[in-house]
Amino acid sequence: MRINLTSIYVDDQRAAHAFYTGVLGFVTRHDLPLGEDFWLTVVSPEAPDGPELLLEPSGHPAVKPYRDALVEDGIPLAQFAVGDVEAEFRRLTAAGVVFTQQPTDIGVAVVAVFDDTCGNLIQLVSAKAS
Amino acid sequence: MTTVFKALDDETRRLILDELAARDGQSLFELCTVLLTRHAVGSTRQAISQHLAVLEDAGLVTTERRGRTKLHHFNSEPLAAITQRWPTTGRQQP
Repeated sequence: MRINLTSIYVDDQRAAHAFYTGVLGFVTRHDLPLGEDFWLTVVSPEAPDGPELLLEPSGHPAVKPYRDALVEDGIPLAQFAVGDVEAEFRRLTAAGVVFTQQPTDIGVAVVAVFDDTCGNLIQLVSAKAS
Repeated sequence: MTTVFKALDDETRRLILDELAARDGQSLFELCTVLLTRHAVGSTRQAISQHLAVLEDAGLVTTERRGRTKLHHFNSEPLAAITQRWPTTGRQQP
């Protein structure tokens, strides 16, 4: 068994696609019309055959209260690994991305949390050289 | 002033103020993370949230929204009231 797909709910699939590819740097894996929406997944260019992230419409009535409560407390819904959280923090801040948690040394790793502009908080993590 | 002393009479709440004094404007998630990783405080989010409510009632913590996220700030004014009542400067230290 392996994890090949996970999803996050996004307010607008096209805007989410622009952010996840244009700003974060992921690449499109699937972009297929599906009823009124799309089967829209992205992957990391560092792992094109790795797990896909499904950018799923947030229309279900349960999504808003669920996400609002998590975002209020600053809780991220996904975690992405990067080589250097500080460098990504500078790059993304320059691109207008808002961080709710600046790079934080937690001993074994450095973490930070940003707003993905689509309704979610995302955590970045880089392992510290031991 | 009583609520200030009661709020300070707890090690976890003092650690929360330490962390907010070191970095102002933290979410509940960030506070839980640093309490756990730096101070081995493994309390639940609900428990930390209640500690924050006590500190907020005492005026030692204020909150504001950044976007949709609630951030917590350290407010030292109640402590200034204590040192105004019992000054810590202007007299020789033993």
